[in-house]
Amino acid sequence: MKAVITMTGKDRLGVIGKVCTYLAEQSINILDISQTVIGEYLNMVMIVDLAAAGAAFDDIATGLERLGQEICYVIRIQHEDIFNSMHRV
Amino acid sequence: MISHVSHGEVLETNRMIDEYNLDVRTITMGIDLLSCADADLGRFMAKIYDKITRKAEHLVRTGDEISRQFGIPIVNKRIAVTPVALAAAGCRASSYVAVAETLDRAAKEVGVNFIGGFSALVHKGYTESDAVLIDSIAPALSQTERVCASVNVAASRNGINMDAVVKMGVVIKEMAELTRERSSIACAKFVVFCNAVEDNPFMAGAFHGVGERDCVINVGVSGPGVVKKALEEVRGGDFENLCETIKRTAFKITRVGQLVAQEASARLQVPFGIIDLSLAPTPERGDSVAEILCEMGLEHPGAPGTTAAVALLNDNIKKGGIMASSYVGGLSGAFIPVSEDRGMIEAVRAGALTLEKLEAMTCVCSVGLDMIAVPGDTTAEAIAGIIADEMAIGMINNKTTAVRLIPVAGKGVNDTVEFGGLLGYAPVMAVNPFGCAAFVKRGGRIPAPVHSFKN
Repeated sequence: MKAVITMTGKDRLGVIGKVCTYLAEQSINILDISQTVIGEYLNMVMIVDLAAAGAAFDDIATGLERLGQEICYVIRIQHEDIFNSMHRV
Repeated sequence: MISHVSHGEVLETNRMIDEYNLDVRTITMGIDLLSCADADLGRFMAKIYDKITRKAEHLVRTGDEISRQFGIPIVNKRIAVTPVALAAAGCRASSYVAVAETLDRAAKEVGVNFIGGFSALVHKGYTESDAVLIDSIAPALSQTERVCASVNVAASRNGINMDAVVKMGVVIKEMAELTRERSSIACAKFVVFCNAVEDNPFMAGAFHGVGERDCVINVGVSGPGVVKKALEEVRGGDFENLCETIKRTAFKITRVGQLVAQEASARLQVPFGIIDLSLAPTPERGDSVAEILCEMGLEHPGAPGTTAAVALLNDNIKKGGIMASSYVGGLSGAFIPVSEDRGMIEAVRAGALTLEKLEAMTCVCSVGLDMIAVPGDTTAEAIAGIIADEMAIGMINNKTTAVRLIPVAGKGVNDTVEFGGLLGYAPVMAVNPFGCAAFVKRGGRIPAPVHSFKN
């Protein structure tokens, strides 16, 4: 299963690195990553593959939310189908 | 292979959810109760309780899981059952209030917030069971919390059962009085229909039609805020531009509903029925159909031009939705309730919107007169007259129309009444004071209209 991770918050050194480390620990493979910085705010979108992930989706989502709270970011993971269904005929 | 979804598309979807109140309004499980028919009322109730709690056991949990996984709110999980007047007919009981209490207990057990189908279809006439059900509506809705009732009193193919219309006026007044201490709330759980649809997932009018299978998943999607936001981008554009934008937005919203419906269907192992794309407002700011009408260029809903604006909105919502899903059904279009829509409430307060203009709007909206508070001293005959007018619109125009009026006991014009939660709050609207009793009480049925010579 592929999923989309989004994170938004005030741009700071090393925040994406923290997320990547968490994902590596969970055996989640990053397929694509893009980011924009508007003003002081970072907006990151990541496509990941959960095929090899050990934990359940809900636990991963909770883990990312907790990490987000630690680094003052909103981090969310969603099944990619919601985006595909909305934007692809 | 790298996924196709772009950064911009991800952000657009999430903005719709986070900022413009895009949500799946309801996953409604339709459950057949005809298989529970029994000559003994007690056994019938045991069977329906058992069937509902068994079929819907995982409904709420599954809805919550889907919501979590896709990051889209699924606001309500609900159940629609076979019209009780049909399913309970074999019991030959003298009251169905206990059946409503059973439905209420089943709803609480599985955790859904409403269960619809305490209903009867009497557009041509009553059976004994229909009469028992109709007499049970007022006490049933007063004593239960989550049960919703509806009665279909008219159809384009059959005409209008005026005996039933007059009776509905009496039932609504009775309910208002029985729940006097709670803003006559029972009336908010009751709808009178013309051309009721069998697969509507929205309350209070949902029931599981007799042409349906044993169990089915229908999904209602909403998102007036998303449409409003999209229209801000084409401010001043011509009508082609306006309609195209509505269609595109409706398409996107419906696709999300389709995804959720398919997921729910697969996880619950219950066949998927339809997607109902209805712009269903809530009292939240930014979740209003009236705000869309204002964005189109009206000062308030009710202003000249409002009926045209509602017509194009309703039609283009349908067009976008139909492109997005092969199984669009239910009521799909724009709802125009008053108490559930902040912009409508403001229009009434400003003196822009009257009951008569709302009636005109219902000729082209997706349903009818919805969640309208009227003075507590409105007579049963006047309510019957309002219902008759609305049924006539549906009958002649081959569309579903409905009436959900609340004659709020003890309240007069310009008082405000609070229903709470999604049901919202409403200023009490004036009813034309002139009489119609001699007309509505003639008795019998208005014959079916001619289906040719259209003009």
